[in-house]
Amino acid sequence: MSRQATTSQTVGPFFSIGMGTAIHDNLVSAGTSGERVTIEGHVLDGDGEPVPDAIIEIWQANSYGKYAHPEDQQDKPVEPGFSGYGRIPTDDQGKFRFTTIKPGQVPDLDGKLQAPHIVVSVFARGLLRRLVTRIYFPDEPANAADFVLNLVEASRRETLIAKKIAGVSGKLEWKVILQGPNETVFFDCGL
Amino acid sequence: MAKTVTYRRPNPDTQPPYLHPTYVSSIKRGPSKSLIYLPHTLSEVTGPSFTEAAIDVKACDLTRQHSGEPLGERIIVSGRVLDAEGRPLRHSLIEVWQANAAGRYLHKRDQHDAPLDPNFTGCGHTLTDAEGRYRFVTIRPGAYPWGNHHNAWRPAHIHFSLFGAAFASRLVTQMYFPGDPLLPFDPIFNCTADESARKRLISLFDWETTIPSQALGFKFDIVLAGREATPMET
Repeated sequence: MSRQATTSQTVGPFFSIGMGTAIHDNLVSAGTSGERVTIEGHVLDGDGEPVPDAIIEIWQANSYGKYAHPEDQQDKPVEPGFSGYGRIPTDDQGKFRFTTIKPGQVPDLDGKLQAPHIVVSVFARGLLRRLVTRIYFPDEPANAADFVLNLVEASRRETLIAKKIAGVSGKLEWKVILQGPNETVFFDCGL
Repeated sequence: MAKTVTYRRPNPDTQPPYLHPTYVSSIKRGPSKSLIYLPHTLSEVTGPSFTEAAIDVKACDLTRQHSGEPLGERIIVSGRVLDAEGRPLRHSLIEVWQANAAGRYLHKRDQHDAPLDPNFTGCGHTLTDAEGRYRFVTIRPGAYPWGNHHNAWRPAHIHFSLFGAAFASRLVTQMYFPGDPLLPFDPIFNCTADESARKRLISLFDWETTIPSQALGFKFDIVLAGREATPMET
């Protein structure tokens, strides 16, 4: 008999006690290959107010498009020291920042390559279950054919694409708007 | 081509909605637009793994993290982490956090007028073993008031964070205690339509793991999303 997954519950306001010991906001070490990028932004609520008690988790492939996971059986190099996992809380101003590399492309369900992306979970007081979204990269030709971006109506797609910051290289801005007319696109990933 | 075995979606009644107005914090934080159905690709069926090297073996005993013993009722919380088919999730990270026996969290934003305990941080983690089992030693957390509505009190609970084998199986939940009179009034516990799902959040008092003259045992099994039977060709 198949069982139902345990019901999700909010992380509440005090998650930093339990999740704070594994903060990981820099995925890059000296030997990591790929284009380094710092991604920063705010988590904002339905009134546009910053959310100081949110925490985001990221998961991504390395620069070759290979996940550090046994189910990724692509013939691409794994990089010791690059886990692909990050966990970043927001600060008192609702701001988060992390440094990583732009991931390589990984296959979709048809074996076509997806555009480079980072998968994201958002947890916060007030969220009874996590929100799931993705970060894509600006000026990326593969975005046009990406099957996940094409699940999203064109007018909302840009909420998934990090923005360049004028005059600054190596840094991108990406916001999480939890609710409202400019709400970030969130995905139904099951749980 | 590799095959992607995707993760099964939950029965909607067994998982909370984002907007649950009796939980006031959800009103401005839950999304207002429909979620977009995301097929599970390689990005979602993979996920972070944590090895022994990342684990502090002492972190599974929350009563031994300081020079003295914390105040309160010592308890053993144990159980198994399983997938939907009952298969154990092996060597999988579990993190826990909780209030102290007086119902106070060691956190700058906790304003509850109850004492901190210099011998209790309220934070632990462990890996499940080869049969998916875990075990924490801790103290029973206290109930505490919160600002959700007039005379609102959270039932005693322990927060659990689990990863399982993939991004798609990530879960954060809360464990409650049997017989807690506050459960019927708690909007967070009561966030799902399915009564049996709610009941699975309540641990069971357990003689098997109770240690004579030492600590009461509570059992809490956790089920993470399971795999679909049929692989998607990719």
